[in-house]
Amino acid sequence: MSQPRLVEVRRNVLKQNDVIARALREEFRAAGVFVVSLVSSPGSGKTTFLEKTLTQLQPRYRVAALVGDLATENDAVRLARSKAPVKQITTGTLCHLEAAMVQNALQEWDLHQLDFLFIENVGNLVCPSSYDLGENLRLVLMSVTEGEDKPLKYPTIFSSADVAVVSKNELAEAVEFDWNAARTSIQSVRPGMQIFRLSAKTGQGMDEYLNFLSQQLVEQRAIAHI
Amino acid sequence: MHELSIAMGIVDAALEESQRRGVQVSAVHLRLGALSGVVKAALMFSYEIACQDTALEGSRLVVQDVPVMVFCSQCQREQELPSVQLFACPECGLPTRDVRRGKELEVFALEIQEETVQQPQEEGQEEEVPE
Repeated sequence: MSQPRLVEVRRNVLKQNDVIARALREEFRAAGVFVVSLVSSPGSGKTTFLEKTLTQLQPRYRVAALVGDLATENDAVRLARSKAPVKQITTGTLCHLEAAMVQNALQEWDLHQLDFLFIENVGNLVCPSSYDLGENLRLVLMSVTEGEDKPLKYPTIFSSADVAVVSKNELAEAVEFDWNAARTSIQSVRPGMQIFRLSAKTGQGMDEYLNFLSQQLVEQRAIAHI
Repeated sequence: MHELSIAMGIVDAALEESQRRGVQVSAVHLRLGALSGVVKAALMFSYEIACQDTALEGSRLVVQDVPVMVFCSQCQREQELPSVQLFACPECGLPTRDVRRGKELEVFALEIQEETVQQPQEEGQEEEVPE
C-alpha cells in the first residue's frame, strides 16, 4: 500500500506579482515620483475625480495617469481632456490590474519627468485588493450614493487602503447620506485612516485632499533623499 | 472574479515543485488568509479547471483557512479577529491596524504517493512535514 506523504514547500502564489511590484516601487523611489492607485466600485465617479485631480495639480506638478478598463478607452479619452499624459491599460476580461501590466505600460515613459503618477484600477472592490502595484498610496473611493456600509461589505479592500475619499458630496443631502455612519464603517475596518469628503464636481473639499498629496510627495522625497 | 488566475498560479507553483522533486501530487495544501481577497468556493471551482490537462488533473486542493491576527499594543500580544468588519482587539476593544497574519496565499505542502517517487530532476532540499 502506498502511503500519502506530505512534502513541505513554501510558495507564495502571488510572488511573481510581488517581485515586480517591489521593483516598481524602487523605480518610483529612485525617480522621485509619488504613485497613487485608485480603487472603487464601478460608477463611484473615479474618472471624474481623477480628471479633476490631474487638472488641479497640473499648474504646480508634472502629472500622468494609467487607466485600467475592461474593454473601452472612454476613460482615457475623458482624462486626456486634462492635457496630462494618459495611457489606457485594457484588461480584456481581467477584473484587476497586475504589477506586470503597470510595468509594461510604463516602458515608454520617463518617470524622472513626473511628480505624480496615478493608476486607476478597474472598477471593482474585490479583486484589486490582492495585487500590489508598487504604489506609494492606495486610495479607496466611495460615493455618497453607495451606502454608508460599503466598507463593511468590502472590508478587504478598505483595510488594504491608506486613505479614503468619500465623493459626490453634492448629492449627500438628496440621498440622506449619514456621514457619521460612513465614517464609523471606514474606521471599523481601517482604524485611523484619513478620510476626505469632497465633491469633484463642485470642487468642495478638493483643496484639502490636494494639499495632502503635495505633503505626501514632499515626505516621500525627503525619505528618498531626492 | 480573479480566482481562476489565482488557481492557475497555484497549479503552476505546485507543478514546478513536483517536477523538481519528481513526484506525483495527489493534493495541494494551501494557506488562505481571511484578508487574501480570495473567495474559497470560487477558488475550489477554479482549481479543477486550472488542473485540466496537467499532471495535477484529478488532484485535490486542501485549504487551510488562516484567520486575521492583529497585534494589540495594549494587551501586548497577537489576537485573533472574530470578524474582518471590526479591526479592534477582541479582548480590550482597542482599535488596531497592525495585521500580523491573514493575508496568506501560500502553497505550503504537497501530498504525494510514496510509491510514485521517481528520481528527482535535481537535488531538492525537501523536508517532510510530521503528520
